[in-house]
Amino acid sequence: MSELNVDSTVVIVGAGQAGGEAAAELRRQGFAGRVIMLGEETQPPYKRPPLSKAYLSGAATQESLYVMQPAQLDKVKIEFRGNTKVVRIDRKDKLLELADGSTQKYDKLVIATGGRARPLPLPGADASNVFVLRTIEDVQKIKALCEPGKRVTIIGGGFIGLEGAAVLVKMGLKVTLLEGLPRVLARVTVPEVSAFFERVHREAGVDLRTGAQLAGFEGTPVNAVTLADGTRIETDFVVVGIGLIPNTELADAAGLKIDNGIVVDQYARTGDPDIYAAGDCTNHPSTFLGRNVRLESVQNAMEQGRAVARNILGKNEPYQTVPWFWSDQYDLKLQTVGISGAHDQIVLRGDPATARNFAVFYLKGGKLIAADTVSRPQEFMFAKKLVAEGAVIDPAKLADESVPMKSLATPAA
Amino acid sequence: MPKINFVLPDGSQQTIDAAVGQSIMEAATANLVKGIVADCGGGCSCATCHVYVDPEWVAKLTPADDVEQSMLEGAIDPNERSRLSCQLRMSDALDGIVVHVPAAQF
Repeated sequence: MSELNVDSTVVIVGAGQAGGEAAAELRRQGFAGRVIMLGEETQPPYKRPPLSKAYLSGAATQESLYVMQPAQLDKVKIEFRGNTKVVRIDRKDKLLELADGSTQKYDKLVIATGGRARPLPLPGADASNVFVLRTIEDVQKIKALCEPGKRVTIIGGGFIGLEGAAVLVKMGLKVTLLEGLPRVLARVTVPEVSAFFERVHREAGVDLRTGAQLAGFEGTPVNAVTLADGTRIETDFVVVGIGLIPNTELADAAGLKIDNGIVVDQYARTGDPDIYAAGDCTNHPSTFLGRNVRLESVQNAMEQGRAVARNILGKNEPYQTVPWFWSDQYDLKLQTVGISGAHDQIVLRGDPATARNFAVFYLKGGKLIAADTVSRPQEFMFAKKLVAEGAVIDPAKLADESVPMKSLATPAA
Repeated sequence: MPKINFVLPDGSQQTIDAAVGQSIMEAATANLVKGIVADCGGGCSCATCHVYVDPEWVAKLTPADDVEQSMLEGAIDPNERSRLSCQLRMSDALDGIVVHVPAAQF
């Protein structure tokens, strides 16, 4: 493996948040060689979390989404090329073949290709008024149709669907949200939390239907959604939020190992010592979880992006993270830490059935392994520390609102 | 353009120009100030843009709201001068503000 110097070139494929952060960290760490970032979108790296929140609502401008404006990228010599698709990685000669026929050499390569919105496998899903929500361009198209009184059908009760529903119903649209499973957020949380979000969305005026089996679309463009039970929902447009497909094709074609994402080691390196990968497209060994995991979150994109940069520069730092995530809906801030699912006990602090703020703690063998908090930032912040420590906490104290979280953070002697 | 002075844990100082209306966090990340990573991008959700405001500037800032206050209490090594820099919007009145980047963010 060659050492990098001022004549070396690091090429980053993908100009999302993982790629952007890898480039920024290379410069923060003083790397003086070339940094080239190739993106398929025309946009330089931008923040995706606001897309389904403040950018959709109009509270955030497009300009505010950019971490670095093009002038600032120039200033720190991060060469960004948008509208650029890499079609092949030639690992032997360490060069990339681009769609325009040109090539680009690299000394170290970072694959940060992210993911794409999963398309709905249904005839009519390619209609001009059926949208996904992953890019600035997607949101611009949706926003153009957002007028009070318009009818929108959102397909999928995950975070994108729920955040979108919260924004659109507040804008005065008539929102129907369809979830195929018996509850929303089924993949990520417990029934108590799902029921809470179903309640607040219904209270806000969203026609939220779970267990809704899609049958098809009517009209071109689509003017109605039909369900298996014969229900027909008239609609002006449709937003689909049913998950993400990791963009692994380029790495796969280059012979790199793929298993629900590009497989990387704890240093965010693929099987090729000159190729690293970061973000939604990767599957990494998690010390915290004791297994491999592919995370779809901006936290992972940012932290793993930094880890890639530092390890390219020879720091040899294992990427170890405790996953966390947040979602803003209405006046509510959901914050989660750890990954629930492996728990054997849940503890409630506050009452999700009646209140608008509470916390759910997940324990396994007495150890705190995860927490979902709603508008309880302090509980979240302390849970983040306790989960990282693998703290064993008395469930009675966790449930007792009169016991401050702060006191639980002090390890018992 | 109002200036922001970042003091890093090693005592070195980095002065950058901010736009009026820009948050201190946004100015920091755009200029690659070390230790301000701001993983949530300004959502007041992660506390990775925590700074200690220099004493003479504390009173010139809009006080922290409940969410920020709660996040700060659970941040690493908070003190009475702690703020989340994503919540601090620059104005001409803040020209020359001094903020210290916590050692814990390195």
